[in-house]
Amino acid sequence: MNTSTPLLLDVDGVTLQYKTREHRVTATYRVSFQVHQGDRFVLLGPSGCGKSTLLKAVGGYIRPVEGQILLKGQLIEKPGPDRVMVFQEFDQLLPWKTVLGNVLFALEASGRLRGAQALERAHEAITKVKLERFSDAYPHTLSGGMKQRVAIARGMAMEPDILLMDEPFAALDALTRRQMQDELLQLWEASRFTVIFVTHSIPEAVRVGNRIMLLSPHPGQVRAEFESDGSDSIDADSGLHLSERIHAMLFTTSPKPSDEAAHDK
Amino acid sequence: MTNKKPLGLSPAEAFGVVEQPLSARERLVGNVVVRKLLILMLLALLWEVYARWVNNPLVLPTFWVTLESFAGKILSGELLLKAGVSLQLLLKGYAIGLVLALVLSVLAMTTRLGQDLLEVLTAMLNPLPAIALLPLALVWFGLGNPSILFVLVHSVMWPVALNTHAGFQAVSNTLRMVGRNVGLTGPAYVLRILVPAAFPSILSGLKVGWAFAWRTLIAAELVFGTTSGSGGLGWFIYENKNVLDIPAVFAGLFTVIVIGLVVEGLIFRTLERATVRKWGMQT
Repeated sequence: MNTSTPLLLDVDGVTLQYKTREHRVTATYRVSFQVHQGDRFVLLGPSGCGKSTLLKAVGGYIRPVEGQILLKGQLIEKPGPDRVMVFQEFDQLLPWKTVLGNVLFALEASGRLRGAQALERAHEAITKVKLERFSDAYPHTLSGGMKQRVAIARGMAMEPDILLMDEPFAALDALTRRQMQDELLQLWEASRFTVIFVTHSIPEAVRVGNRIMLLSPHPGQVRAEFESDGSDSIDADSGLHLSERIHAMLFTTSPKPSDEAAHDK
Repeated sequence: MTNKKPLGLSPAEAFGVVEQPLSARERLVGNVVVRKLLILMLLALLWEVYARWVNNPLVLPTFWVTLESFAGKILSGELLLKAGVSLQLLLKGYAIGLVLALVLSVLAMTTRLGQDLLEVLTAMLNPLPAIALLPLALVWFGLGNPSILFVLVHSVMWPVALNTHAGFQAVSNTLRMVGRNVGLTGPAYVLRILVPAAFPSILSGLKVGWAFAWRTLIAAELVFGTTSGSGGLGWFIYENKNVLDIPAVFAGLFTVIVIGLVVEGLIFRTLERATVRKWGMQT
């Protein structure tokens, strides 16, 4: 495991529950993991493994019923601009603000930067995601991929301790999705931010992450942790590609290969 | 991947139309204002023809006579004065109603008690016609503007609060989380996230509120006229009916309609274009 870089996030024995109208549902059970500075940490698992709920808990939207989440040694109690979320939904952009306005809004509402400094930072972030020509466009005029790039720019401009990405590319078409994965990796190469990335796609996890944590469903528990170099390399012991090993592990309890199509886009 | 030159594409000249301006006729037919004006002209024509056929100015003066009376009353300043009195009162009531509605809706979004309160109050009071409160208002506030203001506020507040609240509740969870992510809470959260996100709904509440207020005002003025010397449009209509100046009655009604159209067509339309349409929240 990566110990050369400082510990950033410590998730320790976290059990999460949420209430529906009739039930109390346990989303994750005693999940522990640690994220270090500069990690691209992927939470991977089938639907119902509580990976999004876990991310929301890191975001501060849900309190654990057991265990604790520490960011730089501080207990996470509520949402804050030190952990910026990027969602799957395109409507995460404020439709009444332009691309530039959206990035500025985040900077100013959170009190991170004001005035000329905020403007400069916002322009920088928008340039990084190659949307400088669309600064003054309203979100409804952009394509899905562009909207997600704005959301990423907004997140990066905030310079949070951790960027929390909740299946950010799941609603995109396959071509755009591939391209966005590459762009995310390029952005990471340039500024080495820390990101937690939730996905249910094995290929995406292998491409995007340097560390992959596999969760089992109902309730979510840690199944295994892998390291990835992005090339889907072959394991010396088993002779299998990383994605094959993950795949085998995901489906050993439910031996229905037909499930694969649903989870593995 | 190689960058081969694409095969089999036609040269640009081969297309019939890539982009071409529409003809003047196509533009005219495509213009909503033009189409609606045509309808208005047709209605005026029908009125004129029917009124001539009835030939009884006491029951139905012709469009032309009404127009003459309208122009005369405008020029003499009487109609403008009355409309001014009505509008002034209306704006006052509208503004108070809006502020109260906003306060109630913000309260409803920040506390559970506020939400229950708003839901109970709107369920109870929204169906109650404002005019039905007028007798009570007369007892409480006496014969005069405060009574009219009271029923005006009542007629504006509930529909606006109801629409605003419904709009707030329909704001997507993602946007709410974005708002909280950047650290917004309380009234700042409501004003910077919920209000703009719910603006289509709020705007329709504003329109409904305006229409209710306008109707209520004219009706209230008709019922108990004036106390302070110069009554409003409702009083103008009532007075002219008493002296059997039916064209003037029509002119009064006409003014009510014109003001309604102007507010809808200019003010609300402009507001819509500058906000929800520009933001792609309404097409």
